[in-house]
Amino acid sequence: MPDHRGHFDRYGGKYVPESLIPALKELEQQYRKAMTDANFQTELSNLLKHYAGRPTPLYHAGRLSEELGFEVWLKREDLNHTGAHKINNALGQILLARRMDKQRIIAETGAGQHGVATATVAARFGLQCIVYMGEEDIQRQKLNVFRMNLLGAEVRPVSTGSATLKDATNEAIRDWVTNVETTYYLLGSTVGPHPYPMLVRDFQSVISRETKEQFKVQVGVELPDRIVACVGGGSNAMGIFFDFLEDDVTLVGIEAAGKGLESGQHAATLTKGEFGVLHGSASYLLQDSNGQVTLPHSISAGLDYPGVGPEHSYLKSTGRVDYRTATDAEAVRAFQWLSEMEGILPALEPAHALAYLRQENNGITSGERVVICLSGRGDKDVNTVAHWIGVDS
Amino acid sequence: MNRIQTLFQLSGEKVIPFFTAGHPRLDSTADLVLAAERGGAAMVEVGMPFSDPLADGPVIQQSSQSALRNGMTTAKLLQQVKQVRESSEIPIALMGYLNPILHYGIQTFVTDARAAGVDGLIIPDLPCEESEDLVSLCKAQELSLVLLVAPNTPGKKITRISQLAQDLIYCVAVLGITGARLDEADGLVSYMERVQHHSESPFVVGFGIKTREDVRKVNRIADGAVVGTSLIEVINSANSPVEAAETYIRELGGKE
Ligand SMILES: Cc1ncc(COP(=O)(O)O)c(C=O)c1O
Repeated sequence: MPDHRGHFDRYGGKYVPESLIPALKELEQQYRKAMTDANFQTELSNLLKHYAGRPTPLYHAGRLSEELGFEVWLKREDLNHTGAHKINNALGQILLARRMDKQRIIAETGAGQHGVATATVAARFGLQCIVYMGEEDIQRQKLNVFRMNLLGAEVRPVSTGSATLKDATNEAIRDWVTNVETTYYLLGSTVGPHPYPMLVRDFQSVISRETKEQFKVQVGVELPDRIVACVGGGSNAMGIFFDFLEDDVTLVGIEAAGKGLESGQHAATLTKGEFGVLHGSASYLLQDSNGQVTLPHSISAGLDYPGVGPEHSYLKSTGRVDYRTATDAEAVRAFQWLSEMEGILPALEPAHALAYLRQENNGITSGERVVICLSGRGDKDVNTVAHWIGVDS
Repeated sequence: MNRIQTLFQLSGEKVIPFFTAGHPRLDSTADLVLAAERGGAAMVEVGMPFSDPLADGPVIQQSSQSALRNGMTTAKLLQQVKQVRESSEIPIALMGYLNPILHYGIQTFVTDARAAGVDGLIIPDLPCEESEDLVSLCKAQELSLVLLVAPNTPGKKITRISQLAQDLIYCVAVLGITGARLDEADGLVSYMERVQHHSESPFVVGFGIKTREDVRKVNRIADGAVVGTSLIEVINSANSPVEAAETYIRELGGKE
């Protein structure tokens, strides 16, 4: 998966203007060449090790486990350079951009983590970097905007539509259509037209390869019983699921239920969406009865997206992955809980995955071994949480 | 034969206005089509608004937002086309993004559009790689699926696209989104000559066309010139948009 046309069954594909087709073909060719090129692989693994700080630890959360009555490990993607899993993909793609001789890098960002990762690797290789970001997100992720500026990137505010990740993505695609000959589009999640969902997944799959290895060595057991990750576009989840897809391991993806599934203000695409096409691929999509894309809501900017990666839609259709949700309120409580219990501030995105551990009917039996993808650290969300707690009390 | 097939059997200059259905008012659509016809348009392209028009520049984006706020929907648009057909035989192509069509149901959409009097369909986010299903559905109903080519489309692929589309193809004049400037289109003439050489179907050219001179230049090689963004700008800044549109379209055709 995907097939040679980039389809995961009925999902995926390349629903883009004709002018982008040659660029997508070239990207796919370069990518396939790179994957069998030992030099590329060596360069990437050196960067992952010495620049990003991999492997990231698989940490046994003792106090959490004690409280919950089952064993919890955290895959510490928050300890990567720049503070999230996004750097894994950014490093892989910047090497592709260099092979394709592109000097101008563009990206979209929601939480700003992918923007920071892209600005970082662009600085590392001396390339021009422009990041599209919704004005709403610029407001709630000020710290990351400043980080991008320090890294020499230009952050272009997007005020159309909901002024969040969806609109930033529209604007990045418009830029790419216009400047396709000189520009590399460094897409940040397992979304968009083929080959992006495949190549972002592959660059993130280092998470599951390490987890598998570490679990065996550290725990002395072949496999965990359950793996849980939050799902925005779906890259950290595909990353930690990928090497376990064929194994006897329960896989759970947690979407943002925002103010509640019945409120209409959520970002639970797989749970509440319908088949559709957005940003170049067919997948589940939040839309109204006329096929117009609706505005999602989540307290976490990284999950505030009305679409989802096509491979997740496929994995939902086969039943291989169990997709569930957690609300804004549950995520904030989980944020505080992990901070107090383990001394780790999680990003609000993976706080949704942590929240699942405390939900009734989560299906987890006592003594189970559960791995959570802790996709990023929470520094960027401290203001949001402070605001929430202030409003709450 | 549908009206597009008939139209492109005729040689001669063709002006093809594009505007967004439901903008500036929900019920502007029919008035604008009829004004275009009076102004001498050979055919019209009517935009179906979408929340996320990623091939469009700010002017068409805003017209789509305005239309959606006015309550425009796919079903209402087909109703409006039906109304136009009571008094006009001008060829009509609908131009819109894939998702609202998928949501309507592609088979039902093709059937309903044909029944309403639509002749063609243009979908900017449906490249030929993904168009198989729609091509056969449209063929069966004699609806012309107008596929697009871009300045960076290789010659052989232009041929393949024109064979798939059969009736008409649409050449995007510039690498970019709608509202780009035509003077950014280096080598427009050689691009059009390349399309002429490789295409087995008639072709129209759009994106960035604004003046009578542009229309003449394009029609020297191509089979028609599409004018979108600049027409919408005229509509937006006029006190009486319908008359302004008619006058502008007449000027574009050199019929003062
Ligand atoms: C820490 C973190 N986790 C998760 C996400 C969601 O993205 P994805 O679903 O692609 O992993 C983001 C996005 O910004 C993020 O910053």
